[in-house]
Parts: sequence; structure tokens; C-alpha cells
Amino acid sequence: MNEFMMFSLVPLTVAIIISMTCALLGNFLVLRRQSLIGDAISHVALPGIVVSFLITGTLASLAMMLGAGVAALVTVVLIELIRRLGRVEGSAAMGVVFTSLFALGVLLLEWHGAGGVHLDVEHALYGNLESLIWFEGSGLGALFDPVALADLPPQLGRAAWVGLVVVTFVVVMRRPLVLASFDPDFAASMRARPALVDLLLVTLVAVAAIAAFEAVGSIIVIAMFVCPAAAARLMTNRLGAQIAWSQGFAVAAAVVGYLLAGEAPRWLGFEASLSAAGMIATVAGLILLAACLFGPCRARTGSAQRA
Amino acid sequence: MMETWWRALTFTLGYNTSLVTVGAMLLAAAAGMVGSFVLLRKRALVSDAISHSTLPGLALAFLVMGVWQGDGRVLPALLAGAAASAALGLWLVQRIGERTRLGEDAAIGAVLSTFFAFGVVLITVIQTLSVRGQSGLTGYLVGATAGMLYSEALLIAACAVGLLLALLVWRRDLLLLCFDADFARTQGFDTGRLDLLLLLLLMAVVVIGLKVTGLILVVALTIIPPVAARFWTDQPMRMVALAALLGALSGYLGVSLSSVREGLPTGPLIVLAAFTLFLVSFLFSPRRGVLASLLAYRRLRQRVHLRQGLLALGRDEPIFDGLTLKLLQRRGHVRRDGVATPAGLAAARDAEHEERLWALYRRRYPDDALHREHAGLTPIGQVLSADAIMALEAELPPAETAR
Repeated sequence: MNEFMMFSLVPLTVAIIISMTCALLGNFLVLRRQSLIGDAISHVALPGIVVSFLITGTLASLAMMLGAGVAALVTVVLIELIRRLGRVEGSAAMGVVFTSLFALGVLLLEWHGAGGVHLDVEHALYGNLESLIWFEGSGLGALFDPVALADLPPQLGRAAWVGLVVVTFVVVMRRPLVLASFDPDFAASMRARPALVDLLLVTLVAVAAIAAFEAVGSIIVIAMFVCPAAAARLMTNRLGAQIAWSQGFAVAAAVVGYLLAGEAPRWLGFEASLSAAGMIATVAGLILLAACLFGPCRARTGSAQRA
Repeated sequence: MMETWWRALTFTLGYNTSLVTVGAMLLAAAAGMVGSFVLLRKRALVSDAISHSTLPGLALAFLVMGVWQGDGRVLPALLAGAAASAALGLWLVQRIGERTRLGEDAAIGAVLSTFFAFGVVLITVIQTLSVRGQSGLTGYLVGATAGMLYSEALLIAACAVGLLLALLVWRRDLLLLCFDADFARTQGFDTGRLDLLLLLLLMAVVVIGLKVTGLILVVALTIIPPVAARFWTDQPMRMVALAALLGALSGYLGVSLSSVREGLPTGPLIVLAAFTLFLVSFLFSPRRGVLASLLAYRRLRQRVHLRQGLLALGRDEPIFDGLTLKLLQRRGHVRRDGVATPAGLAAARDAEHEERLWALYRRRYPDDALHREHAGLTPIGQVLSADAIMALEAELPPAETAR
């Protein structure tokens, strides 16, 4: 139990919070067919962080998040510019922007890599979920001990804040959000400002992606934006139920994935620990696969039902 | 530094570097060609899914070769593994798109993240085992041509040549698929199989490109050169050829730049070279570039202001708009104090006549007018024949008031 409190409680909680946050936003991304914006934003977090490091010289969380946030904003603006001014198809514009910025990030990183900076591509991709150790978490009592609580890894607090902000956004903005997701033209005619809602949604996606990026790496972020929401989409025809399903799937993926990463090698008989972030994302994908095969609402409406 | 670059550019930096450069150029050319078809089919980001889904295959092949031979860095085996898992990922994207209600974007996002995540899990397995050459695996994430073996470079170059030939053979079928799949079906083409062919070619490019640019950036080679090429031409075959050319140029610049200094990564430099070419196209293309659009907009605005200003002169109305006044002054139609000159009055009469002719033409032949020119700013003499204008003028009602 003590071991669990110290090594697993915080990573597991962070993973669950971030999975739920990303999955919540993912519902709207999947409905709008914008799933890949999360992919683009998590790729450009790397150049953002590298540039912010080169400017400020620190790897402090605030500087990193600011850099990644600016990079996300730049990406969205660039994609829109290229799409509108160049009359390039949206997904192609996205592909141009995020690969180029990612290349810039890798180049800057390697250029200054000789300086012995602790920052590498793998770290950005895999995250360091396992390193969120709560040293004071020596037992159940620590949960009520203010001294021990003060020692909690700061990532937990940040993840919780971001989760809270995202939930507040979705609750407060639910009507315009739903309207803009299903029928932007109608939303515009109702003065629901679909463009503004779009921008807010993308901003929150960026905020969530960056908070998650720091704690769990970017692969889990992309997976959580898409997989639980897509799986939930195959389970029901109602948005409320879909959100509930997606939250359930996100929690299940986080818990099962985390446990599998820690325990599976031991079952197979060798002492090792697998990437928890990778395992969580893999489990999320497997959930989606199951939903694709057995989900009650998996068929396209209007298409022939096959037995 | 400049000297080294110059020597790399002129292929005098050694046999190996030259071979790598040629290999990268061929590969990038093939990627540009395939990418053009994929872009025209509006599925640009499928290559993103393909490239990320190579990772588990790469890692598995590495694991197998490492356990079997002691060293996992066997390029053919790694490429075969990558191709196998990419094929699985591609199949899943296709099936999810066809069989479920999810859009292709969700299918791509789900496949790429899940496959990549599983690949990362496998890499952590490899890290716990003692397989030699582990650092060689991370080279596939961001690309590494610096330590490329002669045989590897040769394999990549040979595969790229094969791909280029295949693309040349099937270019017409693929084009038909991209522009009008329904028509292709009525002509007896199996569009499903053609789609598969296109995706398999794309997959081959991505897998071969892994070693050169790394799996995250190989996507760029299939997207950026075609997008850049699209700015310069409206003819699909020219676009394909141009994309191949731009791709080869980025490969050439990128590889030669990376040999300037030890440890410069090749993949990012190739991508950034491609992006620079894209940027030039985006800004300066005479057809669709931003600069050309801006100039066209300015020209149109000036013509509208000039016409409106002349009409106002003709009606003896005061003009307040600054730009209009400036344009009229520059042409000598008004004096500095805003009073019309005789030349200005003549031009105003012409403009009014022109406007009335256009209005009449639009009323009489609304369909023809729609097809011709919508702003009515072109002199009507350039659009209609002299006879047609005479006929219109005969119908023109006399001017309401004599000035």
C-alpha cells in the first residue's frame, strides 16, 4: 500500500485526469472532424519548448508551457493563413505547418544538443509519467497531512487546474459549442458566434495538450483526443451519453494501461517496466477497436445494415 | 563552412555522401510524385497515419533480429517489418472509414496514436533487453543519414528508382482516379484497386524514407512539395513533375547542408528546405501566390475607384474619398482643388456611356453577361465585337438630361 501511495497514486491520478480532460474535448473534435488538430498541436509543442528554452535558458514549467502555447497559437494562425490565402486544402495546410515546425524544433535541439541540455525528442514523445513520485506519500495518513500534501508533484495540481478549466468551459459554453459543432451555419444565423467558439475550443485543446504534454508526453495526448471520443461515438446517438461513455473509456484506458505497464512484464516473468503512457494509449486504441467491431451505433446512418 | 557546403553541392565530398545525396533526391522526387496524387485525392494526412504506424513493425523486427542475430540493425528486415505494420495500419484506416460512421480524420488520428504508442511500449521492452545497436533505432524517429552504410544508401536509391518507374507507368490511371473516380468506374477501372495501388505506393515511399528523414518527418516529403507545386500550375501532370523536382531539390539542399557540420540532422534540414521552397511559392507564385493576389486586389480596387470617381464627375457630384481623388488627380481628370478638367469630363462621359452599354447588355443577354465578366470594368470594346456594340448603341435610350 505504501509503495502504491508513493509510486503509483500520483501518476495514476494525473493519467486519469488528463485522459478525461482530453477525451472531453475530443468529443467535439471528433464531431467536427477536426481530430487531427490535437495531433498538430502536440507536434509543435516541441519547437515551442525548445525556443522558449533558448530564449529564457530555463526548463521551468511556466516558460515551457508559455513557449508551447505560443507555438500552438502560431500553428493555428499559420494553418488558417495558408488555407485561406493560398487556397490549400485544410488537412494539407496542417501537414505543411506542423511538420515544418517540428523539423525546426528538432534542428534547434540538435544544434544546441552539444551543450548537454536535458531535453530530447524521446522525452517529449514518451513523457515521464513514472517519475512523478510522491516521496512523502508514506501511507494513507499522508493524504490528510498538509506537510506531505505540499510535497505532491506540481504536475498533479496543474493537471487538475486544466481539467477544471476545461470542464467549466464545456459546461458554460455547452449550447453554443454543440450548436457550432453540429451546424455552424445555423449557429451563425443565431448569433452564436461559431468562429469565436472554434477559436476557444482550439485554445483549450492547446492548453490541455500542453499540460498533458509535460506530464505524460504527446502520444497519449493524441490518443486521448481521438480514441475514447471516437469509441463513444459508436456507442450512442446522443451527445450527453457520448460524453459519459468517453469519460468512462478514458478512465478505463488510464487505469488498465497503467496497471498493464507496471504488471504485465512481471506476469511474463521478467523484471521491467514498460512505458505507461504508451500502454495507456494502446489500451485506448484497443477500446476503439472493440467499439468498431461491436459498438451498437457503429454503422453510418443510412448505410445498409449487415448481419 | 561555405566551402564544405559547396563541395557537398558539387558532389565532391566523397563517394558515400554523394550516394546519400542522390538517394535522398530520388526518394524525395518519388515522394513528391505520390504525394501529388494523394493531395489531389484530398487524403494528404493518410501518410501521417502510415508513417506513425511503422514504429511497432520496426521495433518488432529489431527485437527479432536482435534476439536472432545479436544486432537489430538490419535495414532490409527493419523495412519489411515497418512495411508490414504500416500495411496493417493503412488497412485499419480504410476499414474504419468505410465501415463505421467515423470520419477519416478520426480513423487517422486513432491509428497513428495507437500504433505509435504500441511502438513506444515495444521500444521500452527493447531498452530492458541487452540488444546491441539500440541507438540505431532512435535514428528512425528523426532520421540519420550521417552513419548510413553504402549498402543501405544503395538499397534506398534502388527502391526510389523502382517507385519512380512504377509511378510513370501508372500515372494516367492514378490521375483519372484523383479527378473523377465515378467516371473511372464507368470506364471499367477498378477504383478500389487503384486506390489501393496509390496507398501502397505511398506506403513504399514512407517506409523507404524512414531512414532518411525519420518517421515523423517523412510525412512532410509527401505533402509540402506537392502543395508548393500546386501554386505554379493548374495542369496535373505538370504539378506531379514539378512536385518531383521540388522534392529532389529539397533533398539535394537538405543533405548537402547537413554535411556542413557534424551532427546536423538530415531529416529536418530536408523538410525545412522543402518548406522554404513552399514559402517562396506561396508568396511569389504569379498565379496563386499571396503577392500576386495582393497586386490583383489592388488593381481591381483602383479600377473600381476610378470608375466610380468618373461617374461621380459626370453626375457633377462632389468626391470625398481620398483614394479616388488621388487616382483622378494622377490621371489629370481633376485639378488639385477637386474641379474636373476638360479631359476628366470627357473621360467621365466615356465612363458613363460604357456603364450604360454594360447595363443594357446585362439586361438583354443576362446569361452571356454572366459568363463574360462580372465587374463590368473591362472596356466593352474588348469583350464584344464592333457590330454587337453598334446594335447595343442603337437601342440605347437617349441620355436623360443634357448637360
